[in-house]
Amino acid sequence: MGADKKTVPFRGTEEQKQQLLQVIRELKDERGALMPILQKAQDIYGYLPIEVQTMISDETGIPLEKIYGVVTFYAQFSLYPKGKYAISVCLGTACYVKGSGDIYNKLCEKLGIEGGQCTPDGKFSLDACRCIGACGLAPVMTINGEVYGKLTVDKLDEILAKYE
Amino acid sequence: MISITELNRIKAEQEGIVAMRREGEAKIADLNAQGKNYKHHVLVCGGTGCTSSHSEDIIVAFNDEIKKNGLENDVCVVRTGCHGLCALGPIVIIYPEAAFYANMAIEHVPEIVTEHLVNGNIVTKYLYEKTVTPNGIISMHETDFYKKQNRVALRNCGVIDPENIDEYIGTGGYQALAKVLTEKTPDDVIQILLDSGLRGRGGAGFPTGRKWMFAKANKADQKYVCCNADEGDPGAFMDRSVLEGDPHVVLEAMAIAGYTIGSSQGYIYVRAEYPIAVQRLEIAIKQAREYGLLGDNILGTGFKFDIGLRLGAGAFVCGEETALMTSIEGHRGEPRPRPPFPAVKGLFERPTILNNVETWANIPQIIMRGPEWFASMGTEKSKGTKVFALGGKIQNTGLVEIPMGTTLREVVEEIGGGVPNGKKFKAAQTGGPSGGCIPASQMDVPMDYDNLIAIGSMMGSGGLIVMDEDNCMVDIAKFFLEFTVDESCGKCAPCRIGTRRMLEILDKITKGQATMDDLDRLEKLAAHLQKSSLCALGQTAPNPIISTLRYFRDEYIAHIVDKKCPAGVCKDLLQYTIDKDKCIGCGLCQRNCPGNAIVRTDYIAEGHKLASMEIDQTKCVKCGACMGNCKFKAISKQ
Repeated sequence: MGADKKTVPFRGTEEQKQQLLQVIRELKDERGALMPILQKAQDIYGYLPIEVQTMISDETGIPLEKIYGVVTFYAQFSLYPKGKYAISVCLGTACYVKGSGDIYNKLCEKLGIEGGQCTPDGKFSLDACRCIGACGLAPVMTINGEVYGKLTVDKLDEILAKYE
Repeated sequence: MISITELNRIKAEQEGIVAMRREGEAKIADLNAQGKNYKHHVLVCGGTGCTSSHSEDIIVAFNDEIKKNGLENDVCVVRTGCHGLCALGPIVIIYPEAAFYANMAIEHVPEIVTEHLVNGNIVTKYLYEKTVTPNGIISMHETDFYKKQNRVALRNCGVIDPENIDEYIGTGGYQALAKVLTEKTPDDVIQILLDSGLRGRGGAGFPTGRKWMFAKANKADQKYVCCNADEGDPGAFMDRSVLEGDPHVVLEAMAIAGYTIGSSQGYIYVRAEYPIAVQRLEIAIKQAREYGLLGDNILGTGFKFDIGLRLGAGAFVCGEETALMTSIEGHRGEPRPRPPFPAVKGLFERPTILNNVETWANIPQIIMRGPEWFASMGTEKSKGTKVFALGGKIQNTGLVEIPMGTTLREVVEEIGGGVPNGKKFKAAQTGGPSGGCIPASQMDVPMDYDNLIAIGSMMGSGGLIVMDEDNCMVDIAKFFLEFTVDESCGKCAPCRIGTRRMLEILDKITKGQATMDDLDRLEKLAAHLQKSSLCALGQTAPNPIISTLRYFRDEYIAHIVDKKCPAGVCKDLLQYTIDKDKCIGCGLCQRNCPGNAIVRTDYIAEGHKLASMEIDQTKCVKCGACMGNCKFKAISKQ
């Protein structure tokens, strides 16, 4: 957990807030609504900073510490913003045995960051993920959901260049 | 809302069209006679594997070309689910000829449209090579990959358009629900399942009929039916393929369960990492509601049942049944002690049944074709078929469905096409982080629930990863432990602390810093975890270690005693050396060495002009750049 990530200030807009309030109104009375609310909130803001968690707590009456507990439990919820281009390297078994560990390390080296971090210019963030199910194309990574398969370390420069 | 009569009308309208995609030429003549079919069906795979290799663009290209050639009324393009042979994606199959085009590229589309669809000549050069024989083109079902398969759970995957409920109905879909609602009592359904011998496909293999029987016997104001689609084992994607290719089969089976145990509400808990599956489920639920196949008064019988979708958020432990329910309730997905079992106190503390996607996918057919049919497949105690996701070092990566009792050798060598690049098979891993590996010596054991446990692995959900001589088994065990350390929810100490201590020992072994005492400690810890962890995640976490130790103990010992990694994987134990007689002294390695670890010696080998190079082991960072650059194969690692 690099301290640098925490310094990114919260820049939520009024429009985002209204969207969130709308989502909460729709889901609030369903049983077990917290997870769907958090998922939608992350769609709206891109991440779940304490400010957003506080709003959810105020509106639903669910204690903030419980919300924080849920957010930090699940890998898909993020307390920090992602890069403009979020890179996710599959470290599932099928990809791992075909060398995705090398791909991941090479990306860390090229971007100068570690997993879970974002480059200082806010452009790339890097995460490892567990199996996206495209095992036939192993090793794979995704950049903003776009899948790149049958990777080799040599292909990385060419792929990253598309996003420069 | 549709009635049973209308359901049968849709079926009659659609069944010929769908059957054509299974039977090909035989069917098309009488369909054409009725004037209600296209001349050609172009099936494009829209599973995750093929979508990742841009099958959507192929669909667009086909539609454009078809329009250009004025074939809109003669040809239809259908986006289907997974055909299984993901290694050859994107896959396009054109019926009625069943021409199997592999590795499809957009550039091939115009030629296929004009040659095949207009002129009627199959473009052989783009076909899957195994379907082209000296005696002509054979059906995909006759190729090695498909020949031994028996598609039950995957019956409709790659055949129907998963976003069109009518096509599902055309395959006989929702007939089992209609039959159950009008002709069977809940006890009849349970008896059918018991007789069929169906066991849970999520891994543990509990008899499905018994699970339902317990839940039915418990009285409550509300009961729940849940579908476990949180397919977390890395390397397993059979559930995803069913959801993407045939989502209605799960809805139908869950409604049957609702009727059987007396529940009006179901939930599907699906991984958020599967966006296509989520989207198709949403569409399927909406369509089923429109047809009144979910909701109040289903098929006019008065039976009420609806299904909600819940998305996971990336926690492996949520595949454990009690953790999954805790997560649906909106909490941290921590498991609960059992008993009470979910059949007594499950979701929202009400009696609940939870089955895995593949289990659900078998049920409508068991109802329609009878338990004897299902029980005729498989082994004595494991009936039916099992879907495996073949991955890793294997030629034909993809999805295969085979009768229980098929041997690993058949799967790897015949269906899978063997290990690529002439390498030697070392082991196959089944059951993911909870499972173990099957070494070459056990390749002829018929794979079923009980046999796999006897040889120290488990069925698991069906991931089957093949490893070759270049994979280090200690490294693989470490990989799985890293996974469980990450995914341990932290609720119970044996799992939270134990997995981390085991990982530390494995790390020491791969770095050559461990002693035989450490190995002892590792084995003791493994035994403790199995006994004292709260849920299956912790209880099975040591399995990858125990099974690799059982079959590859010598590799552990090589790391500990000889400080060597026989497979050449563990970096700290590697040593790169230059064969001074092969080295011509060109210096390419030296120029590419990031650590300035390569120096020139005084030795000039016979026939060479320059002195050979040498690696200073104290400076070597073991990156392998020298070996990659050497054109004379003078550098080796061991």
